[in-house]
Amino acid sequence: MTTTTEKGKILTANRLRDGEVVFLTHSGQWSENIDGAVLATEPQAQAALEARGKEDEHVNLVTGVYLFEAERRDGHVFASHIKERIRSLGPTVRTDLGKQAEGKGGHFDALQGV
Amino acid sequence: MYRYDEFDRQFVTQRVAQFRDQANRRLAGELTEDEFRPLRLMNGLYLQLHAYMLRIAVPYGTLSSRQLNTLALIAEKWDRGYGHFTTRQNIQFNWIKLEDTADILDTLAGVEMHAIQTSGNCIRNVTTDQWAGAAADELADPRPVGELVRQWSSLHPEFSYLPRKFKIAVTGSPNDRAAVKVHDIGLRLHLNDKGKRGWEVLVGGGLGRTPVIGVTVRDFLPEQELIAYLEAIMRVYNLYGRRDNKYKARIKILVHELGADKFRAEVEAEYARRPHADTKVEERELQRITTYFAPPQFEKLPRWSATFEEARGKNKDFANWVRTNVAAHRVDGYAIVSVSLKPEGGIPGDATADQMRTVADLALRHAFDEIRVSHHQNLVLPHVRRDDLFAVWKILNAAGLAASNIGLAGDIIACPGLDYCSLATARSIPIAQSISRRFADLNRQHEIGPLRINISGCINACGHHHVGHIGILGLDKKGEEYYQITLGGSSSENASIGTILGPGFAGEDVPDAIEKIVNTYLARRQPGEEFLSAYRRLGPQPFKEALYAAA
Amino acid sequence: MPLLKNGSIVSDDWITLGTDDPLPESGDVVIPYARLLKEWESLTDHDGRLGVVFTNIDRIEALTLFLPRLALIILPFPSFTDGRAYSLARQIREVGYSRELRAAGNVLPDQVQFMLQVGFDTFEIGDRFTADVWLKASRQMSLAYQRGLYRPPGQQEVWSERHREAEPWLEQPHAG
Repeated sequence: MTTTTEKGKILTANRLRDGEVVFLTHSGQWSENIDGAVLATEPQAQAALEARGKEDEHVNLVTGVYLFEAERRDGHVFASHIKERIRSLGPTVRTDLGKQAEGKGGHFDALQGV
Repeated sequence: MYRYDEFDRQFVTQRVAQFRDQANRRLAGELTEDEFRPLRLMNGLYLQLHAYMLRIAVPYGTLSSRQLNTLALIAEKWDRGYGHFTTRQNIQFNWIKLEDTADILDTLAGVEMHAIQTSGNCIRNVTTDQWAGAAADELADPRPVGELVRQWSSLHPEFSYLPRKFKIAVTGSPNDRAAVKVHDIGLRLHLNDKGKRGWEVLVGGGLGRTPVIGVTVRDFLPEQELIAYLEAIMRVYNLYGRRDNKYKARIKILVHELGADKFRAEVEAEYARRPHADTKVEERELQRITTYFAPPQFEKLPRWSATFEEARGKNKDFANWVRTNVAAHRVDGYAIVSVSLKPEGGIPGDATADQMRTVADLALRHAFDEIRVSHHQNLVLPHVRRDDLFAVWKILNAAGLAASNIGLAGDIIACPGLDYCSLATARSIPIAQSISRRFADLNRQHEIGPLRINISGCINACGHHHVGHIGILGLDKKGEEYYQITLGGSSSENASIGTILGPGFAGEDVPDAIEKIVNTYLARRQPGEEFLSAYRRLGPQPFKEALYAAA
Repeated sequence: MPLLKNGSIVSDDWITLGTDDPLPESGDVVIPYARLLKEWESLTDHDGRLGVVFTNIDRIEALTLFLPRLALIILPFPSFTDGRAYSLARQIREVGYSRELRAAGNVLPDQVQFMLQVGFDTFEIGDRFTADVWLKASRQMSLAYQRGLYRPPGQQEVWSERHREAEPWLEQPHAG
């Protein structure tokens, strides 16, 4: 059985007051877990995501908003590039730290070694 | 070491109040992120891959036990129980909240520490030789000048919005352990034939995207002219350094584009044009600071310690540790101890709060209450009695701080890389770990001899790979991490930039590649010839062949 | 444009002219530096004070010739992160200019203290911040390590204070 993979983009940022990495969800709230993030597959949707993110930058809720490549597989979203994979999980060299240790790492397996 | 007076205390206290106000105004939306960013950077606070990162200044790499204990406290109270010591003698905490930062800075101010100007387009921490005041080959302790420059550069109104960051290093030894030739300004102490002190001033060295060795603009600058002369250099840079392109904004680019002679002429013209005030105040301030760096009250001890020799004869592990982690001190009966933060397979430069407290306690009891942070992401206890070395080693060993690999293949330097840093293109720590495990055998490390391996996770080169005997640069090729290897770099007084060997390697192939390089060296070295010398004699060709020859 | 001057907000009485704007019969006028160089002959007997806008890429050597006739020099900050004007300000003061030196452009409260210390005495501010915010920011630090800065009353030069008793007459000349 083939797995369908949808490609698109997810919006991420850091929460201003504590620096926590967050992802924009469908409801416009920010989630600490990539699992809840909305995947925008069309350019218009991506632009809309970015615009919502910029609004929240403007009201000083988050900072450092940016879109990154991601995909949905088997009903869950995953970052496509290793950088955002690490961003959603935590350091690969300290799997006892970060989201991966707090049950907020989404459906990734923790990356270890090289 | 230097102790704050009322002025210094007031200065850091006011600075924290200023930052607290700025952070509150940011959180209330009265400042935009663009307006706030340079302000928080000038207090050491970066926004990184997982959270805010706070880089705390350790001026010229010198700490007291009280300060190190406070860093341990900060690690536990506001971070995740550990800190990372950097290649510029600072310490970084990776899990900081903006809303806690002013409180952390207040805690630091209470022990005469700060995070002033550890980031931003301003003058950064002044670094020096980690063996200052202890090494036998030193002409004089460079740290008083380091402290003078630190004060002068702190919240300098003219030089706080430079084209780019600015790094100054000072050395008092002809054997340069402070890498002054690859700094924006490097200061080297010389004595003339009458025994008078003067400073060689080098400008425009640096690593990063375009590594280059600095040029000497003055051979022998009298000490009291240092501040005025530095002002002239900084003004030329501030006015004429490029601001159109972030990657061409360092002073090394300006020196290169003008040419050394024209650059020197600009500085001398500015220096001549300035109103030449009396330098008596600078002289007196330097004298005042120097009194804080008077040597500790060393005991009169014999050079030879029976306790030490006996322990060394009986305990093989201790003997191994002595071979690499203990260096000669200028005073008989004492030694310089390196505290290794490079356990086999460990994260280079990281220390837990408990480990910090262990080292602080040892410093208090055995090292005249002084600790140094080295450029190689290790710590140093600069003044330990040889009689106490065995006792010190036992404690370090129990705390996992006695890896006997200083200067050897296991003493790897690695930036935090993509595991922590939002600028990185690849991970560096796992590479360090896999190489460390591959070369774990201590006998093998000794057979290889001195070998500096430096790993950077991107071309910003914070791991200083350009000046590694073996340098590894982490890059991204179509979404995959891959690693380029350079050979033959050195940050000593005979500084050189490493040569790229060829195409890069996948992460899992790096240890094999390093092994091939090492084996090539072992097969072709002359008796007693160290890696760097062998490379300089052989050139890159044999190593390229070993790495890239068809199987 | 409201100005910050001596801790209060005042109005600007100068007339700012572009390169081609006609010169009024009389009045205090500010012109771009390039225009000053070009029209110097006809400006020398203008009935009113003369001011100039001196940018980051202008060089100071020629400016010194005109200083006796100038009552205002404006140094614009294209971005608050462009720090060239701090050096220009100090250079202008070092060659003996003692009249009004004004910061314009991207001027924000958190840089005002540095600007004061290098010799600016007025600031073009918008209406975004209240006078309180400007005032508080401009006196946040009461100490400076560097010598020869401009210091309002209450601000101290650390090194000079430390060595004042030693040789009290060795105060480095600075402008108030």
